Amino acid sequence: MAMLEVTKLGISFGGLRAVDELSMKIEKGGLVGLIGPNGAGKTTAFNMLTGVYRPTDGGIRLDGQNLVGKKPHEICKMGVARTFQNIRLFPKLTVLDNVKVGLHNQVGYSLIESMLHLGSYRKKEQEMDRRALEILKVFDLDREAGNLAANLPYGKQRKLEIARALATDPKLLLLDEPAAGMNPNETGELMDTIRLVREKYGVTILLIEHDMKLVQGICEYLYVLNFGKLLAEGTPKEVLNDPAVIKAYLGD
Amino acid sequence: MTFLSYLISGISLGSVYAIIALGYTMVYGIAKMLNFAHGDVIMVGAYISFCTTSYLGLSPLVSVLLAIVVCTVLGIVIERLAYKPLRQAPALAVLITAIGVSYFLQNAALLIWGSSSKTFSSVVGDWSIKLFNDQLTITGVTIVTVLACVVIMVALTLFTTKTKLGTAMRAVSEDKGAAQLMGISVNSTISLTFAIGSGLAAIAGVLLCSAYPMLMPTTGSMPGIKAFTAAVFGGIGSIPGAMIGGILLGIIEIFAKAYISTQLSDAVVFAVLIVVLLVKPDGLLGKRVSEKV
Amino acid sequence: MKQSKNLLAGKRDTLISFGIVIVAFIVVQIMIMTGNISSSLKGQLVPICAYIVMAVSLNLTVGILGELSLGHAGFMSVGAFAGIVATTSLAETIPAAPLRLAIAMVIGAVCAAIAGVIVGVPVLRLKGDYLAIVTLAFGEIIKNIVGVLYIGRDSSGLHFSLIEQKFELAEGGKMIINGPMGVSGVTKISSFTAGFVLILITLFIILNLVHSRTGRAIMSVRDNKIAAESIGISVTRYKLLAFVISAAFAGMAGTLYAMNFSTVTAAKFDFNTSILILVFVVLGGLGNIWGSIIAAALLTVLPELLRAVNDYRMLIYAILLIVMMIFNNSGVKERLMEKRAARRAAKQVSKEGL
Repeated sequence: MAMLEVTKLGISFGGLRAVDELSMKIEKGGLVGLIGPNGAGKTTAFNMLTGVYRPTDGGIRLDGQNLVGKKPHEICKMGVARTFQNIRLFPKLTVLDNVKVGLHNQVGYSLIESMLHLGSYRKKEQEMDRRALEILKVFDLDREAGNLAANLPYGKQRKLEIARALATDPKLLLLDEPAAGMNPNETGELMDTIRLVREKYGVTILLIEHDMKLVQGICEYLYVLNFGKLLAEGTPKEVLNDPAVIKAYLGD
Repeated sequence: MTFLSYLISGISLGSVYAIIALGYTMVYGIAKMLNFAHGDVIMVGAYISFCTTSYLGLSPLVSVLLAIVVCTVLGIVIERLAYKPLRQAPALAVLITAIGVSYFLQNAALLIWGSSSKTFSSVVGDWSIKLFNDQLTITGVTIVTVLACVVIMVALTLFTTKTKLGTAMRAVSEDKGAAQLMGISVNSTISLTFAIGSGLAAIAGVLLCSAYPMLMPTTGSMPGIKAFTAAVFGGIGSIPGAMIGGILLGIIEIFAKAYISTQLSDAVVFAVLIVVLLVKPDGLLGKRVSEKV
Repeated sequence: MKQSKNLLAGKRDTLISFGIVIVAFIVVQIMIMTGNISSSLKGQLVPICAYIVMAVSLNLTVGILGELSLGHAGFMSVGAFAGIVATTSLAETIPAAPLRLAIAMVIGAVCAAIAGVIVGVPVLRLKGDYLAIVTLAFGEIIKNIVGVLYIGRDSSGLHFSLIEQKFELAEGGKMIINGPMGVSGVTKISSFTAGFVLILITLFIILNLVHSRTGRAIMSVRDNKIAAESIGISVTRYKLLAFVISAAFAGMAGTLYAMNFSTVTAAKFDFNTSILILVFVVLGGLGNIWGSIIAAALLTVLPELLRAVNDYRMLIYAILLIVMMIFNNSGVKERLMEKRAARRAAKQVSKEGL
């Protein structure tokens, strides 16, 4: 059984059919790309997978469990984490605290312990610090731990968002245009990081990306969306040589 | 018959709320901010009219025109000085600033005119129509208020739909960036909106005080908040919505005063606001707006 | 090192907050002992303590959670009247005033917290401006309802009614809350020391909360709701939690405040009081706890000291509020900071003699 099974997923906004009959199957440990021209419905698909939008029809199953109708925070607890196309960090929190919020459901203590700083507070906070720094180190952000997230340069903000998502210990990680706004050097570095993350954390990755170098370089399988519908799927080589896909990207 | 006379007072009060709500709704629609000080502009308008008639002996009509001019200018100045620097600021900061402006106007009025209430003499005069063998009295203020409300609503609707400036306003309300690219000056459109809203507030202030002749620095704040409730009730951003919401709210308030308790009438009005926001957050005639992720 | 500055900022804020309160308490005690305190200032001590607790608790909602509440005085009102009913009812059972006050505060806190849940569940689903206006509405509703509340007590227990007094008290019974007339003849059992202890407890709990996983969750909701949800934070839960805790402390402040006066009416806790507290929070700095303490204390004391300014007090607050917001949010501050940084960098360069 596939880890993520999306069947005939669709959503309408008023009369507009943003995504229609989208079906995907992603195996555990896979690194899959979701590509397509602007406005094809890729981010909308992510929003349905993470519960931000409720699909009008179709089903989403993660390891057999239904995700449709669940709230975003519940879906996160079930093992789906994501990043955003337009970065959404917690700007007034430190880099360390951004990751520690991600650990919120991983390391817990009670409200009373929060208010009185008693019991396991100290021990649990230390554990959170340790785990957060460990994740930050993977992204080479550990030296920025005390800085405010708002003060990070753009590239590091993108990395921090991935680090924060990883802190929730996801089975499935959704990356929405992780290389947007990066130069070729930074993109190359990002590709290494994504590969490393998959190996180190055993996480399955689905990513939206326009940078074909990145897509060809790391994705094992691709889904192509166009006007809300699945246009093609297959290995990067098959898909990127498909005349229909080329037409969708370049026009007639 | 008492029911009918309550209904008429309700419509009269509601018409004042509707005129204030029109100002709220236009500013909210275009500047996307809750102009908390709008209610206090009403108070300023009423004081201007009061001073020019009582101290300068001007005729009521001239005093109303003066009040409109002063409030229009005041509205533009407030927008330029306090709100314009905050176009990119978070909503919380803008709202707190608006509360600051509201407080400023109230306390400035307190220093200028003192805390004791002034007795406002009706600008409409003291005439009334008696119906059904004198069982039902409709005052001149009521008639003028309701008429003014209808005229203003029709005029505003025509203005926003038929004129170039009105179209520019709607464009800015939909998408500031795109409107700017089309050559519309966003700043002057916002100024214009504040000008119109504040001018209407002056009219509302004069009519409100003609019906309820107690004028104090805090006179505008409660009607202002209730008119915002009315704007939300009718659907924020919608001109007919503001009118329907205002009149319904006025009727609810007068009935609550008459049949439940004078002290609880405000509680009833606010309970209506809460119920509306929970059941139909976009109001009776509002559009749904959702955040893009 | 630069980065450790932010990591230790929490500890520093805690120390400053407690430091200010303890030093101020000692100074005032010395002033009282040496007789160097005016009677009007002495009369303000308990209200100041109540205002500080109000400001610190409102800062939890506005500064830490990032939602504007304009009805904080409503919760103070609930706490005040619940506390009055509690102390009057317990007068014989618990003769020791400090213990009775403490129990009344807990009851005031619980009642205000319940009101907080009733208000918060519907209200916190709304956003921004709507939320602010609805908290205002609820504050007014609470004021109106308390204003028509009649509570009396006699040998058979407590009696309640709304709008008009619908019960007869037995011989020896006593009206506690008398509708719009409010409460009169309260035994004043609040003291400056009680206020001081309440401030310490408030600071301890709220500062601890801010520097815990709960506090981080609340701040993440403030900074970006959608992102917070995406990493498993239940936005509704943490909004409600912050709001209710804030209401509970407002309730305690209300009890403290009420037990300092012999007469209390519902009209005392109106929209203007809510705004006054908001002024303290904004001028002290959103999210800055010790700023709230200083602002609440100074702005209550200053007009007492500077009689001449008193007339202009609210006008000045209003101007300060506007100027602060524009300074902090329109880019003026950023430009000034950049200039300063540039100057510092230039100095550095000239020192290193490049």
